[in-house]
Amino acid sequence: MTEATTTAAPVEKHELETRFPDAVKAEARPGYTGFLVETSKLTEVATALRDEMGYDYLSSVTAVDYYSDAPNAENFIEVVYHFYKSTGGGALEIKVQTPRENSTVPSLTPLYPGADFQEREAYDLYGVNFEGHPDQRRILMWEGFAGYPMRKDWKEAYFEEEVKPFKNRWPEGQVYRIEDRNPFNKNNKYPQGFDPVGFKETDDPKLYEVLERAAREYSEDIDTEQVVVNLGPQHPSTHGVFRMAVRLDGETIVALKPVMGYLHRNHEKIGERNTWTMNMPFTDRLDYLSSMSNNFGYALAVEKLMGDKAAPPERAEYLRVIMAELTRISNHLWAVGFLLNDLGAFFTPSLYAIQERELILDIFEATTGSRMMCNYFRFGGVARDLPEGIYGKIKDLVFERLPRKIDELDIYLSENELVRSRSEGVGVITPEEAIAFSTAGPVLRASGVPYDIRRADPYSIYDRFKFEVTVRQHGDVYDRYMIRLDEMRQSLDILKQAITDLPGGAAGGEVMNGKNPYQVRVPAGESYGRVEGPKGELGYYIVSNGKGNPARYHVRAPSFINLTVLEKMCVGQKVADVVVNLGSIDIVLGEVDR
Amino acid sequence: MTDTNPTVNSAGYEVPPELRQNVAVTTLDKIWNMGRRYSVWPMMFGLACCAIEMICTAASRYDLARFGMEVMRPSPRQSDLMIVSGTVTKKMIPQIVRLYNQMPEPKYVLAMGACASGGGPFKEGYNVVSGVDQYVPVDVYVPGCPPTPQALLHGLMKLQEKIDSESITTVRWYGKDDIPAIPVPLLGPDLIDPRDNELIKQETSKKPAAPAAPAAPAPAAEAAS
Repeated sequence: MTEATTTAAPVEKHELETRFPDAVKAEARPGYTGFLVETSKLTEVATALRDEMGYDYLSSVTAVDYYSDAPNAENFIEVVYHFYKSTGGGALEIKVQTPRENSTVPSLTPLYPGADFQEREAYDLYGVNFEGHPDQRRILMWEGFAGYPMRKDWKEAYFEEEVKPFKNRWPEGQVYRIEDRNPFNKNNKYPQGFDPVGFKETDDPKLYEVLERAAREYSEDIDTEQVVVNLGPQHPSTHGVFRMAVRLDGETIVALKPVMGYLHRNHEKIGERNTWTMNMPFTDRLDYLSSMSNNFGYALAVEKLMGDKAAPPERAEYLRVIMAELTRISNHLWAVGFLLNDLGAFFTPSLYAIQERELILDIFEATTGSRMMCNYFRFGGVARDLPEGIYGKIKDLVFERLPRKIDELDIYLSENELVRSRSEGVGVITPEEAIAFSTAGPVLRASGVPYDIRRADPYSIYDRFKFEVTVRQHGDVYDRYMIRLDEMRQSLDILKQAITDLPGGAAGGEVMNGKNPYQVRVPAGESYGRVEGPKGELGYYIVSNGKGNPARYHVRAPSFINLTVLEKMCVGQKVADVVVNLGSIDIVLGEVDR
Repeated sequence: MTDTNPTVNSAGYEVPPELRQNVAVTTLDKIWNMGRRYSVWPMMFGLACCAIEMICTAASRYDLARFGMEVMRPSPRQSDLMIVSGTVTKKMIPQIVRLYNQMPEPKYVLAMGACASGGGPFKEGYNVVSGVDQYVPVDVYVPGCPPTPQALLHGLMKLQEKIDSESITTVRWYGKDDIPAIPVPLLGPDLIDPRDNELIKQETSKKPAAPAAPAAPAPAAEAAS
């Protein structure tokens, strides 16, 4: 875990610093990597990074609030960018700092359209104003919400203490109900002097304004009557509580704006109050179809900071890979089944897919105690070894049953004429667009970009396995469907190798580096751990101040960022294709909204 | 036989032997409830992680249909049961209340999982409603995070028991009084429950810092920075 994937190679470091001697400073804080950039020069530096140095993929944008109420403390908000080359390699991390009052940073959305939603999120939660952003509205909370909730000095109505474990519950165990201390008996608070009578909501009017503006940009020639249709948030084909406001000209889409936040559960705010270990079960609930992969990314990020004392034993590394790849298969089964649902093959293909998924869940349940929320990884290993008989079960599944069943899905579905005519040529994304919009995972690879973190920037023990980075060339819905079948087959290949090589085999062995700790100490510093999750690049950006809780805990959620490209996919097409396009991105709302 | 045209209900009527195994005497309530308990149509409505387990419950392995509940309806107008499967957020609660109001009586609510029952692990979150029962009445709570399909099935059987215990003479939807709709919450500087309006006004005007209440609610984003 010690390979420094977030450190830039020395050559680039030199390059960026010599190119901008005044504007770029190498990070000097202990435990930090990357470069500090002058706010006013950000656009220039980013342009040079993209056009001259090959860092064309802006993976993650987020903000960190460095706040302390101590006198003379240096308070500022820092916006952190992670750049990658789409040809592979480690990250180049740049940061800009801005005061907490009137925070303003130039927007990178015109350069990297994939920054769109991420900047809106930073605006929403931190109040950073992105100058030049084309559509700066709140994204997770609603327009009109009081305050920027992720700021350190913003407290929720149910606020008890800065950090967990709360003193009243541990060690004395005096429990009270927090709602009893709130005048409304609810999780609400209101600003001084607020009068609820006659109050008008402001969220939707603003959205419709934006739709109208986008529609005008789309076509100016004939003035036809257009209608706005809201798909969701309660809609059987939106894969959860997700809403798309679509402006239609006849049946043709002229503008589409995703509206999210209906499942915003304040993962990051709660994560900054939790202890490091407490966050592990919370990561399960991000992308609740693939909890093992979520654990993986978080464990990597924290282990990177903790260093060698948290290096997992060999068997644990193999178990991690086995579980992560089983998760990928179960996730893709679900994705394929439900994509067919969206195509109109209502529930029959899904039932086939769910049947196989259940067998994988059985393995998870036997190993971890829970079907979906596995909470299996620990810093320095995994929570427990495989129980008796499970090794054989995995072996049967991987060598015998799953290859057959994946072929079965392939035979039944891939050549089906209806499937092909509904999905070929629909929602096309070119490779350039896929990179510019920061898409990740199957969406990126279906557009002809062979980028897979397991290969491009290997983590854990993935460099030991032989597998292909699958890639498809057309970037349409059909390819995004096919790539998932391909990936399942590659995962099976990895699984076959991992099961055969598993140290200790069926007999068991050491799975934890030392004792499984109740609480860990993480040295001060920052780290970014990323894994190739089933939906794409899942990254955790964490900042530690050496205490028992993270100072900043950010999730780079692939579903959320992949959605940025949805409008691009849909505009100009028929409204019936919206649902298919959304299904082909394969989102999970727990991760989109966090 | 004095009655020239005897019916089954006439006293002393001889039930023909071929019918003796086929006639049962019961109450109207029982027949009525049996029909209802085996035809509960849940709304196809998933919020979060629990929705996945709900789908698995409906799929072939656990098969909700065995209990007469397989017809998931995407429209509230055709549903009897709202399974609140997942975390209820402030942004979503207006829609949930609206959907609940749109369901015709008799209607039931099942809170699936820890979040829907009381906020669960996300209770302290600024966008999380700590339990759907703060807004709509809940009939059955199913614990778990997420509840396994078996637990959900058990919860649904509990609901059937509840349906069984009802009587046509006392249920509120045959009563004379109108059943009022639940006021839909608004998204203001925070979630506004219209039933709390008086209390909110009292609380926000209480502190000495604001002597005269400004009329317009602050456009929150700017006001807070």
